Amino acid sequence: MIEAVLVMNTQGKPRLTKFYHHHMTAEKQQEMIREIYGVLCSRAENVSNFIEADAIFGPNTRLVYKHYATLYFVFVFDTTENELAMLDLIQVFVETLDKCFKNVCELDVVFNFGKIHTILDEIIFGGQVLETNCIEVMKSVDEIMKLERSSNTILLAPIVTSGRNSR
Amino acid sequence: MGSQGGWGQSKEFLDLIKSIGEARSKAEEDRIVLQEIETLKKRITEPDVPKRKMKEYIIRLVYVEMLGHDASFGYIHAVKMTHDDALLLKRTGYLAVTLFLNEDHDLIILIVNTIQKDLKSDNYLVVCAALNAVCKLINEETIPAVLPQVVELLGHQKESVRKKAIMALHRFYQKAPSLITHLVSNFRKRLCDDDPGVMGASLCPLFDLVTEDVSSYKDLVISFVSILKQVSERRLPKTYDYHHMPAPFIQIRLLKILALLGAGNKQASDNMHTVLGDMFRKCESTSNIGNAILYECICTVSSIYPNAKLLEAAADVTSRFLKSEIHNLKYMGIDALSRLIKINPDIAEEHQLAVIDCLEDPDDTLKRKTLDLLYKMTKSSNVEVIVDRMIDYMISINDTHYKTEIASRCVELAEQFAPSNQWFIQTINKVFEHAGDLVNVKVAHNLIRLIAEGFGEDDEGADNQLRSSAVDSYLRIIGEPKLPSVFLQVICWVLGEYATADGKYSASYIMGKLCDVAEAHSNDDTVKGYAVTAIMKICAFEIAAGRKVELLPECQALIDELSASHSTDLQQRAYELQALLGLDCHAVECIMPSDASCEDIEVDKNVSFLNSFVQQALEKGATPYIPESERTGSISVTTFRNQDQTEASSHSLRFEAYELPKPSLPTRAAPSLPLPSSDLVPVPESYQPYETPQPMQPQPITDSSSTELGLKLKLEGVQKKWGRPSYSSQSTPSTSQTMNPKTANGITHSEIKEAISYDSRKQQHEVSAEKQRLAASLFGASSSKSEKKTQGSKAMKSSPARVEKPQAPTSEKAPTPVQQPPPPDLLDLGDSTQSNAPPSSAVVDPFMQLEGLLGVPPQEVSLESNPGASASSQSVNLMALYEDTPGVGQLSSFAGSFVAGNPSVQSRSPRVGSSSVGSTAKKGPSPQDSLEKDAVARQVGVTPSGLNPNLFRDLLG
Repeated sequence: MIEAVLVMNTQGKPRLTKFYHHHMTAEKQQEMIREIYGVLCSRAENVSNFIEADAIFGPNTRLVYKHYATLYFVFVFDTTENELAMLDLIQVFVETLDKCFKNVCELDVVFNFGKIHTILDEIIFGGQVLETNCIEVMKSVDEIMKLERSSNTILLAPIVTSGRNSR
Repeated sequence: MGSQGGWGQSKEFLDLIKSIGEARSKAEEDRIVLQEIETLKKRITEPDVPKRKMKEYIIRLVYVEMLGHDASFGYIHAVKMTHDDALLLKRTGYLAVTLFLNEDHDLIILIVNTIQKDLKSDNYLVVCAALNAVCKLINEETIPAVLPQVVELLGHQKESVRKKAIMALHRFYQKAPSLITHLVSNFRKRLCDDDPGVMGASLCPLFDLVTEDVSSYKDLVISFVSILKQVSERRLPKTYDYHHMPAPFIQIRLLKILALLGAGNKQASDNMHTVLGDMFRKCESTSNIGNAILYECICTVSSIYPNAKLLEAAADVTSRFLKSEIHNLKYMGIDALSRLIKINPDIAEEHQLAVIDCLEDPDDTLKRKTLDLLYKMTKSSNVEVIVDRMIDYMISINDTHYKTEIASRCVELAEQFAPSNQWFIQTINKVFEHAGDLVNVKVAHNLIRLIAEGFGEDDEGADNQLRSSAVDSYLRIIGEPKLPSVFLQVICWVLGEYATADGKYSASYIMGKLCDVAEAHSNDDTVKGYAVTAIMKICAFEIAAGRKVELLPECQALIDELSASHSTDLQQRAYELQALLGLDCHAVECIMPSDASCEDIEVDKNVSFLNSFVQQALEKGATPYIPESERTGSISVTTFRNQDQTEASSHSLRFEAYELPKPSLPTRAAPSLPLPSSDLVPVPESYQPYETPQPMQPQPITDSSSTELGLKLKLEGVQKKWGRPSYSSQSTPSTSQTMNPKTANGITHSEIKEAISYDSRKQQHEVSAEKQRLAASLFGASSSKSEKKTQGSKAMKSSPARVEKPQAPTSEKAPTPVQQPPPPDLLDLGDSTQSNAPPSSAVVDPFMQLEGLLGVPPQEVSLESNPGASASSQSVNLMALYEDTPGVGQLSSFAGSFVAGNPSVQSRSPRVGSSSVGSTAKKGPSPQDSLEKDAVARQVGVTPSGLNPNLFRDLLG
């Protein structure tokens, strides 16, 4: 089971935090991110992507991380998941982001909070892997976005501008 | 897409991000965020906030909270937003709520109603959003409120809803199994769902269920095997493929379930053999995900009833992992090895050099995993090397958590396998020296006991040698700064008992050392207490031997200082020492006999020596003693300890505590308590108030070790008689408990071994030779076979690895090229699905339905799901291109491979596709896109300044 998904940049700033089972207070989350960041920073290049996370998340937890440009993607999970597979799940997530944003960069992650969460929710649901096919994920996300936008225009039209109705 | 055109956010939000991104310090960032919180507090409470604005505020709140600040003032607005009818707002509301709230939050009650409504919505996206919230926000109390709706959704027409409903139900099961027990059959039912995705989702709860109770799911073995067979044979639609691997996550789930079902069950395991064997043969090991499945196969094989052939295949894959250059695979290899050696310990021998390489790898994770493996394969023949390694590693790290774990492992191994007592003492010394504050105090007590009791044989000479070597080593260490307290206590105790025993060191020298210790640790009362008692012992031995004791000036100063100490315990010890110095040699010998720590202290439990006193009192008219059990109203008050426990565990029993000071008794029982102590103890310092709670933990050790405390013990006996019947059991055990007898090896033997290991350490410049020796000592030195292997693989190592490399894989992978060509397979898919008739599955197999349904639609599905039929043929070509690129650096090639294999990218942005094909493996950041983004950013006002230009770097670049 996946416990948490964290995205932080190489300066240790959180960009996305999602905990699936244990709710963390904001301070606790911060502390964890700091600890993880400390560990990640100290790791050399070309070493394995796995870290035992007992000290941070409790017994029998491990984390897999992957470093892309300015971001670290970290998945935390328990012993019922396969490390290599989790590594690929990160890949699925990032590839999907890349497709959604065309050469995704850190700024996209910061500004598209809602969409990033939508994407993640289509890949992992309640701590379990839901879908690993980028195209399928994209399809669902696009559909959500489309419906969201249409609902948005209908609803907001009278409030914001009337020009939007033409869409 | 709105998301790309200026990110659809207000200038304010962009500015916030920008300023936070440029903050130079945490303090500056905090200031910015606090300011933002103030702004939001004001804005959010304004009347008539447009909904679109409100949505942004909520997102900003989420952002603020992500940065570690409290945004609880806005929670209610997020809750309100979930009530909105517009999908965008509702989803934003749900998102914020799931991130903000935990399942026990007060506001949840306001959401449950909305969730109930949304679960019934016609819009499946609303239903999905609600299900998502259900997973995070519903707790045991609120489950019944939504349970019927969720169960109903198991039959929803949309497969994505069914999937999510199963997972929500799974969450309920995890949270409150008792509420779901009657619904468990639903998971079984969903296993036969028309949609393979739903079937895959049902494997998650089934895995949990099987973990709980294997026997109830034995009947599903055949079905699981059949599903796995079909999935691995690519009978699923192509949309389930991931990097050419059919539904890998489903395969992994299935393998995990099979591992549970096959454990210790021969019949079930027999059913799995064929499919597992096939998977070992067919699974391609060039991709990460392929290796993930292979690893899972190894786990399954090592868990089910052993099968020689499969184990051999598993060992092959393991060795491939270990030989890999990729650290991740090495890690998996080590893990796999630790599973396999449980079944066949000899497997490790073959990989000794690889294991040692991993042990010396700079990668910390790999090193730890390897130490784990070594820990699991420790036996008495290799314990010295392994513990040595573990201690070396322990010294090198700072992580307290892991240090504690590894220290306790060292101690555990040392206690279990120690070849000699001397080695044991040295090892524990090392552990103490470097992690003394982290190990259990019990370890110190064991060490003391071991030194005191020696070998347990009647070989006084060897025991004395052991002790004097311990004394020697402690005198060497004692001067070092920052020794842990527990270790100093041990040192003081040992020095006090044995330092002067063989006449090698003079009493004044040792006393000087002990004074130094006490002085250097003036804040540690426990250590000081140990030091003073040790000095006392040495003085006593000197006096008993007829020599005159001359206290050093610093010693006298210490005693003077302690006599005025705030700690009553230290005071007492100081006075005792002074009193002892005034006694004659005979008396001292009685109080402090030499080397008597192991003598049994006889405790007169009946305190018969008090009989005359009691008699006297009775004659004077005192009431006779009534045993506690006969006293009224005290049935449950048995012992203090017991009472403490009950008090702690339940409040209902608490009133009984009040009955302890029995109103009628104190007058009769109390006077007898203080009297015996004054009567009994001739030594003047015994007026020491024993009632004061003693903060000193190590009292038990001293109890058993010196006769001075024999007096105390007797006193406890008295207390026991009148107070707590079971107390005495605590004061005697140290002598009766024997250390694990490690008598098998004599000291000479151990010395030889020591010498060997010393040798091996000396030759550090000759790495490979040392490595080889290490291997030999780890995996059994005597076996000539291993020696040969070592030689062989050493040669292999020294010769350029690249020459060796291609050779090994080709010989191993001989069958893979035959199975490998997946691209043709992609086209043959329709073919294979037509001849889909299941050859062997049983008639009752619930998966039959699935099979039938799976057989037909793949083509339709693939048509549906792929953007265009033409694109799919293109994708084949692209994939062929990819196939040509060798599997070098497979990790880095993922991005490329996937992009290449993906038709939609081709259609959407040709540039991306072509660039990835061109560069075969790497997808560089595209300048054009970056420029576009940069321009947008400038427009919007976020200028990439010198501090955070990185924000624009492509992730996959």
